Amino acid sequence: MSTTRKRVYGYLAEFKSASALYKAAEKVRDAGFRKWDCYSPYPIHGLDGAMGMKRSILPWFVFFGGMTGTATAFTLAYTTQVVIYPTVVQAKPANIFTIPAFFPVMFELTILFSGFTVLFGLLALIQLPRLNHPLFASNQFHRATDDGFFIAIEARDPKFSPAATRDLLAEIGGANIELVEEED
Amino acid sequence: MASTTQAAPAAHTGVKLPVLEREKLILNGRSYHWITERICGVVENKQPLLWWLLFIPSALIAAIGVGGGLFHLVSTGVGVWGNTNRVMWGWPIVNFVFWIGIGHAGTLISAILFLTRQNWRTSINRAAEAMTIFAVMCAGIFPAFHVGRVWFAWFLAPVPNANAIWQNFKSPLLWDVFAVSTYFTVSLIFWFLGMVPDLATIRDRAKPGLRKILYGIFSLGWRGGNRQWSHYEMAYLLLAALSTPLVLSVHSVVSFDFATSVVPGWHTTIFPPYFVAGAIFGGFAMVLTIMVPARFVYGLQDLITMKHIDNMAKIILLTGTIVGYAYLMELFVAFYSGAIYEMDAFKFRIAGPYWWAYAAMMSCNVLSPQVFWFRSCRENLWVVMAVAMCVNVGMWFERFVIIVTTLARMWLPGDWKTFSPSPQDQMLFVGTIGMFLALFMLFLRFLPCINIAEVKWTKLESDPHFDDKEHHPDHGAKPEAAYQKELA
Repeated sequence: MSTTRKRVYGYLAEFKSASALYKAAEKVRDAGFRKWDCYSPYPIHGLDGAMGMKRSILPWFVFFGGMTGTATAFTLAYTTQVVIYPTVVQAKPANIFTIPAFFPVMFELTILFSGFTVLFGLLALIQLPRLNHPLFASNQFHRATDDGFFIAIEARDPKFSPAATRDLLAEIGGANIELVEEED
Repeated sequence: MASTTQAAPAAHTGVKLPVLEREKLILNGRSYHWITERICGVVENKQPLLWWLLFIPSALIAAIGVGGGLFHLVSTGVGVWGNTNRVMWGWPIVNFVFWIGIGHAGTLISAILFLTRQNWRTSINRAAEAMTIFAVMCAGIFPAFHVGRVWFAWFLAPVPNANAIWQNFKSPLLWDVFAVSTYFTVSLIFWFLGMVPDLATIRDRAKPGLRKILYGIFSLGWRGGNRQWSHYEMAYLLLAALSTPLVLSVHSVVSFDFATSVVPGWHTTIFPPYFVAGAIFGGFAMVLTIMVPARFVYGLQDLITMKHIDNMAKIILLTGTIVGYAYLMELFVAFYSGAIYEMDAFKFRIAGPYWWAYAAMMSCNVLSPQVFWFRSCRENLWVVMAVAMCVNVGMWFERFVIIVTTLARMWLPGDWKTFSPSPQDQMLFVGTIGMFLALFMLFLRFLPCINIAEVKWTKLESDPHFDDKEHHPDHGAKPEAAYQKELA
């Protein structure tokens, strides 16, 4: 039975509103924590700044993904229309000057590759999909997708200490503070 | 509607004029929990009788019309369709353009209105995006089988084949293949990513069991942490920015199929904007057709308010008028060009044997939306539904007019034919209507039909500075706690 050891994941504390979460986040940030997160049912405007987070780098992924699409479409069209299967149709030349006729497909593949890069880039950045997470063991965490606002500070943060972190969360207005454990 | 006024904020310096109060997107100050309950309730509770009354017949019609119809078509040959004469695009391409147009409203609502920060989109975007997906699925059936031998439809894809023949990348028909398949794929990604947080909401409410496992898998393990939301919002913004030119390109490319051919009545430069406006017009009509009844059946009046319906009616009025302008401009250009073939093509449309189709198109698309100039008509849901139905019919006739009347009178008089759809033609079209409705009913049954996270986001108190008197002296004046107490 209870041969599994429990490992502490961290503290979970509830806050009463978006603005309370926002103010608490500023204090956790200023206390110097790194491994922590704010949980809310919807994205809160400006919380990135309050948590000291940088702007997402996803657009860079998508830029290169999109350019790959453009290049793929051009290569596909040019190779087939000019190099290996040149045919004169619609009085358009079978050389590079027929490129305006390739623009629609180049545009569409740019969008298609960008779309896929958004999907897979996002999943890589947010480290999903995953089937389980220690926080799902909490009895109150299910409210994070309904009407609950939470802060979780992880035990692997160097500044984490069982007593002081709990006090900090209580001090900045956290309620229902809970020690979340995961099976090791 | 927005007639009440409030005093200007105290912090405001300068001339104090009364401020027109912004209409609320969520009525009765509903709480977050109420929103979750109400929207998830659609999925979690037993479906009302009306759902079954709509689902069973539409699923049967889809099975007979699409399943049976296509089986008959493939086993017999594509000659069972009515387009065995010069009207070779006939009914299938009319239906293809009709369905693909329906989808455009979904992308407009989810992408263009997102970029322009129209927060009212949040209540209707999910259902409209679902319509996009289902409409494009219906649309795709027609060209796939219209190629003749459907088992060779893979020739559309640029892959090496035994004949060493490559696709013609200069042809709008190939552009169409890329445009429509990209449109479907990106719309699907947009729809799915938008739904992930809401699927997590349903997962978190489910009792352990199959439902929790399935919604757990499809919600990808979403936790709603800001380190996820931050990237997620960027992804959403990027998809909106990608979908906006995409949706404009799709119907433009569809219109190139016509506009690049040297055929009187098709060979015009006005086609791309005219087709895009028409697509958005027809799509919004379909959104209203479905959402107005759905908000009553599922009690969503506080989330899909009269304000939303008012806005959609105004968009229908605007795009309908643009379409009307395009119809008239086509006539003017035909006259002004001095080309007798162009003039004859339009004379034939208006006064030829298909005059009834032209009259239906004009009255349904141009005249019927004009009632939306009057507020009383935008507020009367019977009028709104009647106009939406008119537009659905009118937009179908628009495609019929463009395709059939033109092909029935091509260059050679020996080719002139009068088109009539065969029973198989009609069966397949009715089948796709059934398929569209059946898929939408399944969507209502299994997926969150309103974007829960985004609707919550539009509440005033969702702003973290809501109670900050220094920055927002006008906020917090009307505490919503009173309503929440009542609901608790």
